[in-house]
Amino acid sequence: MAIEDFEWTSSYKLSDGASELRAKVYVTLKPGVLDPQGKAIHHAVESLGFNGIEDIRQGKFFEIELGASVDEGSAREQVERMASEVLANPVIENARVEIEA
Amino acid sequence: MKFGVVVFPGSNCDHDAYHVVSKHVGQPVDFIWHKETNLSSYDAVIIPGGFSYGDYLRAGALARFSPVMNSISEFARRGRFVLGICNGFQILCEAGLLPGALVRNRELHFICDHVFVRVETADTPYTHELQQGATLHLPVAHAEGNYTCGDETLDTLQREDRIVFRYCDSQGQTSERANSNGSRDFIAGICNRERNILGLMPHPERACEDLLGSSDGSPIFRSLTATLASLQER
Repeated sequence: MAIEDFEWTSSYKLSDGASELRAKVYVTLKPGVLDPQGKAIHHAVESLGFNGIEDIRQGKFFEIELGASVDEGSAREQVERMASEVLANPVIENARVEIEA
Repeated sequence: MKFGVVVFPGSNCDHDAYHVVSKHVGQPVDFIWHKETNLSSYDAVIIPGGFSYGDYLRAGALARFSPVMNSISEFARRGRFVLGICNGFQILCEAGLLPGALVRNRELHFICDHVFVRVETADTPYTHELQQGATLHLPVAHAEGNYTCGDETLDTLQREDRIVFRYCDSQGQTSERANSNGSRDFIAGICNRERNILGLMPHPERACEDLLGSSDGSPIFRSLTATLASLQER
């Protein structure tokens, strides 16, 4: 392969197929569930000199590429089910789903 | 009576459990690969400790989707016995076979230690050879052992006498100091309503021989074996 043919693609770069949808899922701890990691991050941030921070809660973020066969109508329903059954544990976490064209 | 020890990718206390059942309890035991779905030849299944699926997503979250888990739900529904230790307890909670969840330890550290737990009820197939209030000295090794649940679940667990073990000091007193992972209401182990499923964070299977520093885990296996023996006699 000639060097000019080489195209570097980051594994973090998601495909940009025209008709495909992307879902974003934000998983956060329910209010009242203790978040020791968020607390430790809060202390670290304060030690850097950032003041006036009330609270930091740590969560998880998922980007999901949907194939062209998934239409917008069923995408939300499918991803919400995925979020409540796998991505989040409903005992301790909430999930919020966004669908992007 | 026959025991099975479930093996997920990443289980690492499976051999300890197998050893205890085969050598200490002296009963036949098989390893059960997580893709197995036929549990008909078993009377009791142990879900061992470890890091199933590398603890990806949440501890125990992915093991729940292994084929064997549907069979374990059915196995438990038929009144057979399921003992989840450490990661096994996390898997049982994720699978909804026990209520609540196990989250990151309060101080964030992985805790590898010997702790005391108090037997809160002798009215289970796993603790009937123990006295309520007895203390056991058992090893723990976990990063996500901090038991949490909603108020309603806690109330149900208390009302139905389903809190089986609580962390305590050597004198049997519960305290936040003795509750090193920060568990709600000092909970170290619980059972289901039917009392045939037990989940606990400490490792009784690593404490069945004096050579290992404690044999306090032994009565748990003795109780279960006696339960199975009495059922066979019927």
